[in-house]
Amino acid sequence: MWLVETLGFGQTGWGGLLLMGALMTLCVTLAALLLGAVLGAIVAAAKLSQSRAIRTAGGVYTTIFRGVPELLIIYLVYFGGSSAVTAIGAYFGFEGFLGMPSFIAGALAVGLICGAYQAEVYRGAFLAIPKGELEAAEAIGMHRFLRFRRIIMPQVLRFAIPGIGNVWQLSLKDSALVSVTGLADLMRTSQVAAGSTRQYFLFFIAGGCLYLVLTSMSDRLFARAERRASRSMPAGIGQI
Amino acid sequence: MDFPFLFQTMKTLLAALPVTLGLFSLSVLFGGFLAILIVWMRVGGNPILSRFARGYIFVFRGSPLLIQMFLVFYGLGQFGFIRHSFVWPALREPFVCAVLSLALCTAGYTAEIFRFGLRAVPPREIEAARAIGMSGFLLVRRIIAPIAFRHALPAYSTEIVMMVKSTALASLVTVWEVTGVAQRLISQTYRTMEVFLCAAIIYLVLNFLILQAMALLEHYLSPHRRAAAPLVPGGLPVSR
Repeated sequence: MWLVETLGFGQTGWGGLLLMGALMTLCVTLAALLLGAVLGAIVAAAKLSQSRAIRTAGGVYTTIFRGVPELLIIYLVYFGGSSAVTAIGAYFGFEGFLGMPSFIAGALAVGLICGAYQAEVYRGAFLAIPKGELEAAEAIGMHRFLRFRRIIMPQVLRFAIPGIGNVWQLSLKDSALVSVTGLADLMRTSQVAAGSTRQYFLFFIAGGCLYLVLTSMSDRLFARAERRASRSMPAGIGQI
Repeated sequence: MDFPFLFQTMKTLLAALPVTLGLFSLSVLFGGFLAILIVWMRVGGNPILSRFARGYIFVFRGSPLLIQMFLVFYGLGQFGFIRHSFVWPALREPFVCAVLSLALCTAGYTAEIFRFGLRAVPPREIEAARAIGMSGFLLVRRIIAPIAFRHALPAYSTEIVMMVKSTALASLVTVWEVTGVAQRLISQTYRTMEVFLCAAIIYLVLNFLILQAMALLEHYLSPHRRAAAPLVPGGLPVSR
């Protein structure tokens, strides 16, 4: 009975707050994934560029954001962003320290990391497009943009689905680190609940279970998307 | 650029490097042994053990490391029987908790990597070994383990680099490793960019060295590929 009350949705229950936290985790990860998609596409294009300098710049980006601990990047974005916000505030006449909104800082930080991983996914997907199709598109006189929209984009997205699924899982778990900035996500809510009831074990298990629900549900979703996207493809290696 | 400050920061951060290295090497060591145990349970043929291993992998790969670490650090001390047992003097130490949770987590990922390595062992080599009378441990030691490990190496080196990054989370359970010290320096000096730069260099150099070592190990473990290449000048290596 006590368990139901603590984890339930009543006056003294934490169930509602935990679910809100899970929703916040989903929102941060989704925002990060979208930001990462844009960044990833740009960086992938940079890494495939003809120019050596641009290729190097893309390589530096992916090396840094895949090689440095996520926590350090979150600190960089949060503290660096806060001092930038404070400087802008001072310019407009606000006195004192202004914090960066933790949702924006979190989404930005996880998005930067996620972008580096997505860049590799998109690059791999682009390289998987048969060269002949690109040549054929050029031969019948398609312009760059049309070729991108009709030939490259649909195939890259299809090839990239399993990779994006992996990146999504990674970002979902990385988003737990955003809790250090005080954002009330699932991690932070479990921590607060655990601290104020002194039931550490119970609430970290509950939070962990909710994370498992999120990851296993999204796993299914991506598997389904992959099946749907490869409907028209002939069954080959790795497809059942 | 303020070189004296950068130099001072680097010196402070490098002083914390042994802690990071200790966390990393101990957790990779114990995680590796645990992973072997879990793979053995997973593929051993006993349905109950196999199911347990499956569950273990699902739980530790599906939830964030931070929540696992908090569960070990805050959650275990909640129980009287643990507090009064002989392991408590060890479990009271944040360093031990961090190593324990890092090892438990990496074991889940590493077990999957090793399992995919096992799949690459050709059945006919096992048959051949059995035919000349090898069985049990000798078969594993001489035939299965070397082939499986070699195939698992590329994915395993990625996992090891992930582990370097994961040691950063130990700072959240009060172990003063590089990221924790960097965070303290940032909040003392407000010079986010410089401190980040120094810490990032440390991690990137560390990752680079580890990847080089793993590449060397892979080279050392695949003499058959080296020997095969020069035999067919100008052509593709003949598949065995």
